[in-house]
Amino acid sequence: MPKLIKNGAIVEETGPESLDLEQWLAHDGRAERAVVLEPGECLEPLYAHIDEIPLVLVNFPTFMDGRGFSYARELRERGYRGEIRAVGNFMRDQLTYLSRCGFDAFQPEDESEIEDALHSLKDFSEYYQSSIDQPQPLFRRRG
Amino acid sequence: MYTYDTYDQTIVDERVAQFRDQTARYLDGKLTDQQFLPLRLQNGLYIQRLAPMLRVAVPYGLLNSRQLRKLAALSRDFDKGYVHVSTRQNFQFNWPALEDVPEILAGLASVQMHAIQTSGNCIRNTTTDQFAGVAADEIEDPRPWCELIRQWSTLHPEFAFLPRKFKIAVCASKVDRAAIHAHDIGVELVHDAAGETRFRVLVGGGLGRTPVIGEEICNDLEPQHLLTYLESILRVYNLHGRRDNKYKARIKILVKAMGVDAFRDAVEREWAVLKDGPATLTDAEIARAKSHFTAPDYAEFDADTCAAALADQCAEDPIFGNWVKRNTVEHRVPGYRAVNVSLKATGYPPGDITDRQLELVADLADRFSFGEARTTHQQNMVLADVRQDALYELWQALQAAGMATPNIGYLTDIICCPGGDYCSLANAKSIPVAEAIQQRFDDMDYVYDLGPIDLNISGCMNACGHHHIGHIGVLGVDKKGQEFYQVSLGGHQGKDASLGKILGPSFKQEDMPDVIEKLITTFVDLREGEESFLETYRRVGIDPFKERVYA
Repeated sequence: MPKLIKNGAIVEETGPESLDLEQWLAHDGRAERAVVLEPGECLEPLYAHIDEIPLVLVNFPTFMDGRGFSYARELRERGYRGEIRAVGNFMRDQLTYLSRCGFDAFQPEDESEIEDALHSLKDFSEYYQSSIDQPQPLFRRRG
Repeated sequence: MYTYDTYDQTIVDERVAQFRDQTARYLDGKLTDQQFLPLRLQNGLYIQRLAPMLRVAVPYGLLNSRQLRKLAALSRDFDKGYVHVSTRQNFQFNWPALEDVPEILAGLASVQMHAIQTSGNCIRNTTTDQFAGVAADEIEDPRPWCELIRQWSTLHPEFAFLPRKFKIAVCASKVDRAAIHAHDIGVELVHDAAGETRFRVLVGGGLGRTPVIGEEICNDLEPQHLLTYLESILRVYNLHGRRDNKYKARIKILVKAMGVDAFRDAVEREWAVLKDGPATLTDAEIARAKSHFTAPDYAEFDADTCAAALADQCAEDPIFGNWVKRNTVEHRVPGYRAVNVSLKATGYPPGDITDRQLELVADLADRFSFGEARTTHQQNMVLADVRQDALYELWQALQAAGMATPNIGYLTDIICCPGGDYCSLANAKSIPVAEAIQQRFDDMDYVYDLGPIDLNISGCMNACGHHHIGHIGVLGVDKKGQEFYQVSLGGHQGKDASLGKILGPSFKQEDMPDVIEKLITTFVDLREGEESFLETYRRVGIDPFKERVYA
């Protein structure tokens, strides 16, 4: 079973069957299927079905492609509350940013360093911006 | 100036710890070159031709004397005792060892400095007018807004892996000294008919391979919405900017492809979600930002008495008088001047400053300018708040240290990237070209007669020397392994910004002083009255220059 980081801990889990965006939108049983988002896709048609999605997998073909960061934020800003899992070629050094954008699960390609990767989730204890995990920007929280 | 509280310090300290770990993992072989690349770039670290280059952020060009002394010490301890002022108002170390970089960053953090996002495909250092807060034509001080943008953009989780780099500049004066038309986003502070602060936002400007003047996307943004609006622009860019070709990845290409109206619509759609959300600025936060940029404790002077006293001093010592005329600038407070510290002495790479010179600037800042100094995108420094009755003493100190070259804004005040002597991106050297031109024009009276001329040199298409907006622009190009130089004319920064037009086939390095001289004599021949080079060029066009140079 694949290992992943979920809500800050390592778990072993297989998700439901996954479909790409087009397939998912057309599928009768989509409420039981995960949807995979690839860079370059338009999320607009998905918004009408936010409540039906059980799991979103955001694929990172390369860690240099940052579109997935915006996908997660957009989904959260439009009310999606289910799991958003990063899959593919992201780096552990991106975990803090990913989790701040609304990702709550991470399934790295290389599982061997998953224990070390946990530390990267705690690289920062404080941030300036409004984000999904802390909607109040620092300027509304400064003591 | 802005001072860190425990939150700011924590963020910078944690970034140092994170980079220390990343560097150790890289040196251990646990991160590949490719993986380490964005991580080091986001901390300002390039691998250069001869050694790494570390670019240190100077937010909107403002520093205090303690920071200057720390930079001097770091350059001595970990480098060769000099640094370079870049055209983004940052400081660059040319020779640090990779293993030492975490220690350098820790040293910087101890004086509230960092190298965060000085490179890489992320939001870079926000720049503004080097005379912010003291300029006579200022509408409002731009620095509180720059600081708000700095905090918002620092370690922004969504925008660290953009299609390409992203640069923001702010102008809040009548004359634009921040080149806002040549930025991914230009923010212009204006007062509306009722006298209320509003922002005019330009988008899609930029230099590089495809130079473009920014287009207006909004002309009446209310200040509390500044960050949500910027965030909306960045999101549209992050999602839709091209990632298949790095030369077509800047936001200017996206804006051109979509058209500014469609781009604006896309931004408005995102903004509809973000507007009035928690990132909306509060009055308290705006007031807090402004509280860091209050006027220093100026003495009260009678303007006429001061002017008369200074005029007497200038008459007594004409060399001093000339320096006052060329290198100092009107101040909004009577009895004060802003002083340019020249880093353009002939024979020294433009913008370079030694550790001793940095320490001297620190001492002079403490003695004469409330402990603060600035870097400029013209690669000089500024002491912004100098009493007129102290100018003579300051001038003597600067002159003894080689920092009083009276050429600010003139032909020999060349803006120049480090070029092929240092940079691995460069096609050609730029420093020797600058030096040869400075040597050719060594008659300062002649140079003054020519009036203000911006001469900008870039060693490659990346345009760090901003050659597109030089009245005379020089670009290093590679022709079959040989270094050549392409010349353009008529570029200009300012509210009437324009991009230079290419003169024709490129030239060999040794011919460059002759080429510039021919351009200048053509100008002198065609000039009417006291016209500037730019005015003459705009009147007569490029052809007369072309005919003379290629005759």
